[in-house]
Amino acid sequence: MRTDRRAERVDVRKTYKLYVGGAFPRSESGRSYPISTPRGRFLANAARGSRKDARDAVVAARKALAGWSGATAYNRGQVLYRVAEMLEGRRDQFVAEVVDSEGTTARRAESTVDAAIDRWVWYAGWTDKIAQVAGGTNPVAGPYFDFSIPEPTGVVAILAPQESSLLGLVSVVAPVIAGGNTSVVVASEDRPLPAISLAEVLATSDLPGGVVNLLTGATAEIAPWLASHMDIGGIDLCGASAGQRVELERLAAGTVKRVARAPESTPDWSADPGTGRLRRFLETKTVWHPIGI
Amino acid sequence: MSWEYAPAPESRETARLKSSYQMFVDGEFVDGNGGAFKSVNPATEEVLAEVAGADATDVDRAVCAARRAYERVWGPMPGRERAKYVFRIARLIQERARELAVLESLDNGKPIKESRDVDIPLAAAHFFYYAGWADKLEHAGFGSNPRPLGVAGQVIPWNFPLMMAAWKLAPALAAGNTCVLKPAETTPLTALVLAEICQQAGLPPGVVNVLPGGGDTGEAVVAHVDVDKVAFTGSTEVGKAIARQVAGTRKRLTLELGGKAANIVFDDAPIDQAVEGIVNGIYFNQGHVCCAGSRLLVQESIAGDVLSALKDRLQTLRLGDPLDKNTDVGAINSAEQLARIQELTAAGDAEGATRWSPSCQLPDRGYWFPPTLFTGVTQAHRIAREEIFGPVLSVLTFRTPDEAVAKANNTPYGLSAGVWTEKGSRILHVAQRLRAGVVWANTFNRFDPASPFGGYKESGFGREGGRHGLEAYLAH
Repeated sequence: MRTDRRAERVDVRKTYKLYVGGAFPRSESGRSYPISTPRGRFLANAARGSRKDARDAVVAARKALAGWSGATAYNRGQVLYRVAEMLEGRRDQFVAEVVDSEGTTARRAESTVDAAIDRWVWYAGWTDKIAQVAGGTNPVAGPYFDFSIPEPTGVVAILAPQESSLLGLVSVVAPVIAGGNTSVVVASEDRPLPAISLAEVLATSDLPGGVVNLLTGATAEIAPWLASHMDIGGIDLCGASAGQRVELERLAAGTVKRVARAPESTPDWSADPGTGRLRRFLETKTVWHPIGI
Repeated sequence: MSWEYAPAPESRETARLKSSYQMFVDGEFVDGNGGAFKSVNPATEEVLAEVAGADATDVDRAVCAARRAYERVWGPMPGRERAKYVFRIARLIQERARELAVLESLDNGKPIKESRDVDIPLAAAHFFYYAGWADKLEHAGFGSNPRPLGVAGQVIPWNFPLMMAAWKLAPALAAGNTCVLKPAETTPLTALVLAEICQQAGLPPGVVNVLPGGGDTGEAVVAHVDVDKVAFTGSTEVGKAIARQVAGTRKRLTLELGGKAANIVFDDAPIDQAVEGIVNGIYFNQGHVCCAGSRLLVQESIAGDVLSALKDRLQTLRLGDPLDKNTDVGAINSAEQLARIQELTAAGDAEGATRWSPSCQLPDRGYWFPPTLFTGVTQAHRIAREEIFGPVLSVLTFRTPDEAVAKANNTPYGLSAGVWTEKGSRILHVAQRLRAGVVWANTFNRFDPASPFGGYKESGFGREGGRHGLEAYLAH
């Protein structure tokens, strides 16, 4: 029983903003929207990203591409591992946010956060192995040295899963950047808070600004601008609504984007991820050179 | 000394040309409902044969046959047995190679030395290569349980008719899929002989179906609800339309589309070899090559030397009868394609570039265009941006490696590129920065069934050739 209410400390709440080019701006549109728990308790206002925010994010992602795709695979692996370290250190915060966002129990949220941390470790280890698994030399019938290597597609747009606010998000973002792509991510519309906190982790993990750009807001409003954007090479439609998927895929066709279709049912994000998502946004480059003296 | 060549034509009898060709559905040759059309020899404009055209009902019949064959025969068949059928096809192509080569040159207009030495051997090699994969799919790196997709609808272009058919059919069959193949309207004949080869190989009915026809037929194949996989090679424009069409379906898609490849020649390149590579890059197959090196980027300091050597070399090219063994440059495949080349080269003139062609006599009949190059080309010119798909080279210059890479990548396409330099570290530096699916260093236009081929950006996605080529036909 508290007797002196004036002495109680008022907590400092966080303003949730976008994450673009390594900075945390508000939406240029000035808009926000309220975020609540599944039971309706108000949590915070999130920025409602606009078309202009999406375009700024693409510019930031394009700017970051040369550095990130040109970094050594060893370096990318260390950065991704660093993300896992940072996430581990803030485990309790993410457990609380997942509980709030997904309305799940603390125990289930703990296993979700653990799986998300482990997923970064999984992909951290892949950065310097995928080229050997997905590439190789080709025994052509002639005096040529011929080899194939995987290279990143470029800037990839990701519509993050709507349900799984952290593990689902990590499961779609980590493989894209592990392969050397940069990304523009639209967080779960109703559950964006763990995503913004994850952006804080990324910002303090030596991940160069612009490699991951995170937008919050209405997925259906932002997605068409990304799907039709000429400077985006691929798009993951995971979090697109069933009603909008066809439209987005058609828009993506306009620039021959690589499209990862939305899964037919909600995936089990805790399952072994395999290499499917890692390969999804990689191109194969084949180089020939004559052999001779 | 005179360097006149006596004519050395292949006998057209070798082609065993028939006056009419039927479509191949469910293991039988049948008439189509789409109305017969004529296939023309582009070198003479003579009608070669009447070909049965397929309409939507024929497509439906073929897809149903393919589905039945997939479910009852081909899908359940052990890989080692499937392999032997595909090996048989490879052998039969080798046995009938000369017939196929002559027929290809008649139907397509390409020189016999190209169909004989490139198209047909590569088609056979492709079947031979993928046959060996049929019983080794679990070792291909696509998981422990790779499965076929089902029925593949495949639409191919006219520039390498038989070879494109092989690129599509071989990996699909090896992976356990059945196929409905739509050859190009102007070059259906060798695909129909390939159908006959499937019969001779004893391939179960319905596993391969060949439906000649035009754009409507292709659209019907792509649109059919029971097709699980669509594979297309052709223009970027049509590729985009197909991608829109399959949006929202379960169909898997691979696209091999257009290109505007840069062929970069640095100042330390061996000029004579580079010139051979430039010529092979853009004048091979009359420039009807999606990966053609249509933009020559030559370092400014050697531009004069390269151009004069190139012009000397072009002067020696022999244009004419595709069946003549000494012919280097054959006919343009169709009146429509010729008109497009003429339109774009006229735009080159109008926009201020300078046109040059060797003096050469074009035959009176048929569709012909001389080997042509444009100098004074800027990046804004249409001939530097649009795919011409003809024997037309746009020459641009650069000063630094960075400028070369920036200009090479300044295109929505990304199929191929060439680099000529004696410096190994520069090759790797430039190859790494080129946004293209195939980079030929000190060579150009090399193809091999073991080597993955396909584009970046608007040149498409998916690979054909090698282990990578299986992925397009496997669920994993």
